[in-house]
Amino acid sequence: MLKAENLLYSYDNGVKKVDTVLDNLNLNIKKGEFVAVLGHNGCGKSTLAKHFNGLLLPLGGDVYVQGINTKDEEMLWTIRRQVGMVFQNPDNQIVANVVEEDVAFAPENLGIPSAEIRKRVDDALKTVDMYRYRKHAPHLLSGGQKQRVAIAGAIAMRPECIVMDEPTAMLDPMGRAEVMETILKLKAQENMTVVLITHYMDEAAMADRVVVMDDGHIVVDDTPRNVFSQVELLKSLGLDVPQVTELAYSLNKEGFDVNYDVLTVTECADAIMDYVRSIKSGN
Amino acid sequence: MAIKIENLDYVYMQGSPFEKKALDNINIEIKDGEFVGLIGHTGSGKSTLVQHLNGLLKPHSGHVFINEHETTEKGEKLKKLRCDVGLVFQYPEHQLFEETVYKDIAYGPTNLGLPKEEIDIRVRDAARCVGLPPEVLDKSPFDLSGGQKRRVAIAGVIAMKPSVLVLDEPTAGLDPAGREEILSQIKSIYDEGNMTVILVSHSMEDVARLVNRLIVMNEGKVFADGTVDEVFSRGRELRNIGLNVPQVNVLIDELVARGLNINPNIYTVENAKNELIEYFKRIKEGGENA
Repeated sequence: MLKAENLLYSYDNGVKKVDTVLDNLNLNIKKGEFVAVLGHNGCGKSTLAKHFNGLLLPLGGDVYVQGINTKDEEMLWTIRRQVGMVFQNPDNQIVANVVEEDVAFAPENLGIPSAEIRKRVDDALKTVDMYRYRKHAPHLLSGGQKQRVAIAGAIAMRPECIVMDEPTAMLDPMGRAEVMETILKLKAQENMTVVLITHYMDEAAMADRVVVMDDGHIVVDDTPRNVFSQVELLKSLGLDVPQVTELAYSLNKEGFDVNYDVLTVTECADAIMDYVRSIKSGN
Repeated sequence: MAIKIENLDYVYMQGSPFEKKALDNINIEIKDGEFVGLIGHTGSGKSTLVQHLNGLLKPHSGHVFINEHETTEKGEKLKKLRCDVGLVFQYPEHQLFEETVYKDIAYGPTNLGLPKEEIDIRVRDAARCVGLPPEVLDKSPFDLSGGQKRRVAIAGVIAMKPSVLVLDEPTAGLDPAGREEILSQIKSIYDEGNMTVILVSHSMEDVARLVNRLIVMNEGKVFADGTVDEVFSRGRELRNIGLNVPQVNVLIDELVARGLNINPNIYTVENAKNELIEYFKRIKEGGENA
């Protein structure tokens, strides 16, 4: 679905060449996968995201979307139609004064007949659970609602894949939960390929696969469970692990044999209770 | 007494179909030198409340006093009040505009009409306070990283030498390392002892480690006000009003429910570790029954 081969990129601010942002990066994302991308600020994750719909073009190597090279100018619009993007700040992505007009913006620009647009807009708003707000003014919605409208705008293009660059960074816990629920639904019901860039480890823990970037490279690429068990590595990269993982790990390091392969509260509680039982039976 | 809020009410779009009571009979007193966390989900009224602290918004009823002066005062007195309360807005880096970091930080003090030498002292002091190295001062603020820009913006407010520093979501949008950096910087600003600090956030995890007192807002009202322990002991209620209690606090709750005899008021990984180690030791010595 999305493929980066030996991808190389650096920004040039016109005065001096800055450091290489993406350095010979290889990544292959399959149809229907939910991939979380982690990394501290400046590690190149947003730069990578912008390559997936041709907003940026590789300086070296290639990026393919459904087998189409993003360097193929004639296919650029086909690529953009297949990869929807959602960014951090919902206020910067909303263009219309009415929710449903905003969602209709992209399909209108694709020149789709109006009956079809109507259907797509309604479907998209229902998918993100914002249908009853279709006549509302976007600026009066909460952050989580605005971000769901932005997602509806992306999926109204009927893309194969949706790339989200920190869509929850500006939201409160409730708004974050709404957006995450929407992402999981898109994956389950529409088999949408989702690339989620995030700083929140609990969100990454919900993905099928976690890619950790540092300094333009991919450092780890594995299931959330295998990634988060590498507590020391993640910390050294300026990243967190879920608190329960960190707790179980630190207990382990102090010589208490608690299983630290845990991602959720329940798993951690189970591990601690198991350990307590093992002590008691040893007594 | 730094701040005194009495029976404060505020209504948005009064008289329109969108009328919304944003603040409902708020009573808060904050003493000089307190470090207060103000928490609540979006729409709970916390940003509306902090905008009352320097007279950006005026009460529809009730009173707000800063260092004994009411915020409804006008002219020179209002100007003095705005100098007393330094407000750092959300995403303050969007407000940077000058050619150099130095000029940006100097903007406020220059408008106060201070002598050049005094401005220079204040700019350098404020930059040091937020951990900006001196060589950054001559750079354009727009060439800095996001975290550094934010620190420039905070320095601009500190250079006004406010007696109360209010920061609205200072860590929003930063990565874990950036969050940690800004928070420890705020802590060290507080530790210098010249300011009352109010930290507005929806992240309990960030705030719990730093402040002496937590005020929780919900639907325009003060929902809880007390020490971190007192407020967190109402963990389940906090979750019900849409706040995320630290994951480790939820875990401890779960362990207590499963019958472990441990202190339920724990909200940092470090404390949870120590408490569990103590517990493990106790049962190893056979001190606890199965």
